[in-house]
Amino acid sequence: MNVPLNYLLALSGVLFAIGVVGVLVRRNAIVIFMSIELMLNSANLAFIAFARSFAPAAEALRGHVLVFFVIAVAAAEVAVGLALIVVIFRTKKSIDVDQVSSLKG
Amino acid sequence: MNVDLILFIGIGLVAVISAISMLASQNAIYSALFLVINFITIATLFLLMNAAFIAMVQITVYAGAIMVLFLFVIMLLGAERLQPTGSMPWQLPVAVLLGVVLIAEVVFALFHDASNAAQGLSGNVTQGFGSPTSIGLILFDQYLVPFEITSILLLVGMIGAIVITRGRGKENR
Repeated sequence: MNVPLNYLLALSGVLFAIGVVGVLVRRNAIVIFMSIELMLNSANLAFIAFARSFAPAAEALRGHVLVFFVIAVAAAEVAVGLALIVVIFRTKKSIDVDQVSSLKG
Repeated sequence: MNVDLILFIGIGLVAVISAISMLASQNAIYSALFLVINFITIATLFLLMNAAFIAMVQITVYAGAIMVLFLFVIMLLGAERLQPTGSMPWQLPVAVLLGVVLIAEVVFALFHDASNAAQGLSGNVTQGFGSPTSIGLILFDQYLVPFEITSILLLVGMIGAIVITRGRGKENR
């Protein structure tokens, strides 16, 4: 892929910033979680771009391995996070993050 | 302007527009589907960068399993739409401003030094770079302990999700 590395890193940064704006703007807890997934994914894009950039070296594959671990951790995080959202919805009847301001359910 | 650059610009535009649409749509189902589009475009970029195994993992785990879990929870709760509360109306412009500042910082940090701007991704790759065989070799050779710890992490996540959603027993039902 004959594209400068900076372009891919810029795309990664733009996607990360969109994820940050999503976490700040939206009140829906599920959409906030999706924005976090978007941020993790943009970081993965940067990892793969750097791995391709250092491609002839054997160490470049470590970027791929790190992306693999990030995806595994994201899967575990999503399972626990969505379980928390389900429990919050059960007690509060809403997943608006503004409603979850009191500690005692 | 070569073919790869045109391809990259097209895929990047789809990725950015789907990400923005994910934020803008009021229905959470549409947000999830836009995020699926975004993940698939990113997987296409992975394929273009000789990361075949990671692209397949991205599609099966992210666009498949994780997003199905999201859609399942959205439909289970019936919480596609939230009532607009409007308690903090100044939050939206401030957040957009912060996001624009972040994008500007990223672009400035990447492009203010012209010396490394021309570094391309056109270097040669060895046969089988990024294939499941090569990833598996390095994963089970150098990264065996983190790999096993990942299995424990997934087990803990699974048990944790079950325990959290199970409730506190019969007297609370």
